[in-house]
Amino acid sequence: MGGRKSDLVLLDENGIRCDGRKVNETRNVIIKTGVLKNADGSAYIEFGGNKILAGVFGPRDIHPKHMADTSTGILRVRYHMEPFSVGERKNPAPSRREIEISKVIKEALQPAVILEKFPRTVVDVFLEILQADGGTRCAALDAASVALADAGIPMKDMVCACAAGKAGDALILDVNNEEDQAGQADMPIGYMPNLGKITLLQLDGVLTPDEFKKCIELGIQGCKQVYEIQKKALREKYFSNEGNSK
Amino acid sequence: MTNTSIIDKLKRTKILDLLKEGKRIDGRTLDEHRPLVIDTGVIPHANGSARARLGDTEIVSGIKVQPDRPFPDMGDKGIFICTAEILPLAHPSAETGPPQPDVIELARVVDRGIRESGMIDLSQMVLEKDKSVIGLFADNVVTDHDGNLFDTCSYAAVAAIITSKIPKWEIKDDKPVLMENQESDTPITTIPVSVTMGRIDDFIISDPNLDEWECLDARITITTNSDGNIVALQKGGNNGFTLDQIVKCSEISISSGSKIREIIKQATQSN
Repeated sequence: MGGRKSDLVLLDENGIRCDGRKVNETRNVIIKTGVLKNADGSAYIEFGGNKILAGVFGPRDIHPKHMADTSTGILRVRYHMEPFSVGERKNPAPSRREIEISKVIKEALQPAVILEKFPRTVVDVFLEILQADGGTRCAALDAASVALADAGIPMKDMVCACAAGKAGDALILDVNNEEDQAGQADMPIGYMPNLGKITLLQLDGVLTPDEFKKCIELGIQGCKQVYEIQKKALREKYFSNEGNSK
Repeated sequence: MTNTSIIDKLKRTKILDLLKEGKRIDGRTLDEHRPLVIDTGVIPHANGSARARLGDTEIVSGIKVQPDRPFPDMGDKGIFICTAEILPLAHPSAETGPPQPDVIELARVVDRGIRESGMIDLSQMVLEKDKSVIGLFADNVVTDHDGNLFDTCSYAAVAAIITSKIPKWEIKDDKPVLMENQESDTPITTIPVSVTMGRIDDFIISDPNLDEWECLDARITITTNSDGNIVALQKGGNNGFTLDQIVKCSEISISSGSKIREIIKQATQSN
C-alpha cells in the first residue's frame, strides 16, 4: 500500500484505531429500503461516511436487443461515483476503476439471483456513490442486495459485504479511507451466509498465509453483522405496522 | 456471449466427466500449469521486453521508460502504469474498439499484483521531488489467446520489468535532459507471481485453458511475492467459493508460485 501519511497513527497503544474503533468493530451501518418512487426496488446505505443509493429496474425489456438471452434474464450493474463524492472533483465519465468494480459487483450478485424465469429480460442495478469514505464497493454491494430483494427479484440468499485488512500490524475489520490509504492490506469480501459462499474477494497488500486465512474469517464475521442490518431494513418496510409499503 | 451453445454444454460435460476421474482435457493434473516459455529482450527498441508463452497463450510485454509528472499525492515516487490489449489477431472473437470490461480487469489485476508486491522500488525513480519523476510503462499485448491471460500477462510483464534498464536523466533548467549511455538496472525488490485457478463444480484447476475457461463456475487469481506471502487477489466469474476452497487455492498459489518464480528467474538471468 501507499504508506503516504506517515504521521497518522493507525493503531494506538490501546488497540484503538484512528476513528476510535476497536480492531474487530465495523463502522455504523444504516440501511433504508424503498427510498425511491420510480425504481422497482431501492435502498440507501450509510456505511460510516459512505452514502450510497441503489436502484433496481426490471426484469424489463433489454436494450440493446442483441444482449438478450433466450434461456435466462441477465443482470447488469453500474457502479458510479458522483463528481462531488471525493476530495478532489472526480471526472463524471466512468473510469477504469468503476468499470472493474461494476464487473466484480455484478459477479458477486449473479450467484444470488434467480433470473431463469425471465428470459430475454434484464435486471438493471444502478449504484450511485454520493459520498465515498473507503469501502464503497462493499457498501454498494450491501445496498444492491437489499434493493434487489425490495424489487421482488427471486434470490437464493442476500449478498452481504464488508472488508477486512491490516493496519498498524494488526488485522482489522471494515477498513476506512485512512486505513486503506496508509494501511498494509485491504480485502473486500462479499458473502452469502445461508450458502456459505464467498462471491466477492479482492486483496491489495501483503499478508502471510496465516494472516490471510484469519483475515477472511474476520471479514466474514463483519459480513454477518451487516446481513442482520440488511434483513432489519427489509423487515422495517414490509413487516412493520406503520410501514410505508408502496 | 450470454448465450451458451449446445457445444459449450457438451464441452462442460466432457471436462467435468474427466475431472471426476482426476484428469483434464489436455492431460494435465489438476494443479499443473501448462509449459511456460519466456524469452526476454525480444523488442530491442523497448527499455525491456519479454514474450511469455503459457501453453498456446502468448503475450508480448514491452517496457517504456520516460520522464513524467508525479501523481499529485505521490511526489516522492516514480510512476508505474500497466496496460493490456487483446489484439484482433489473437482470437476470432477478439474485436477492435474501446476496451471491454474483461480487458480492463485484466490490466488492473496484473497492475495490482506488481504494484502491491512493491516489486519496483518507485522511491528510487524520482528526478525532482513533486516535479519530475521517472515513469515505467508496461504495455502488454495478447497475440494468441488460449485462456488464462491473467497469469501469462503477469509473467510477461514481470520478466520484462526485471530485464528493463532505466536511462539516466538530469534536471537542467527545470527540464529532464537525457544522459547518453548511462543506463542502470530497474530497482527490483521481489518477484511477484500470479497463479490463476478455476472452479468447476467442486474441482479446483490451475491455469485453465480456453476450453476450461469458458465453463468455469468461478475463478481466482492470487499473487504471491518472493517471501511466499500473498500480495494481491481477485475473484471473478459468476459464482463463488467456500472458505475452504479459498484457503486451498492460497496454498496452491504459494507452492506453484515458487516453481514458476524459478522459471522467471532463469529466463531473466542472462540480462
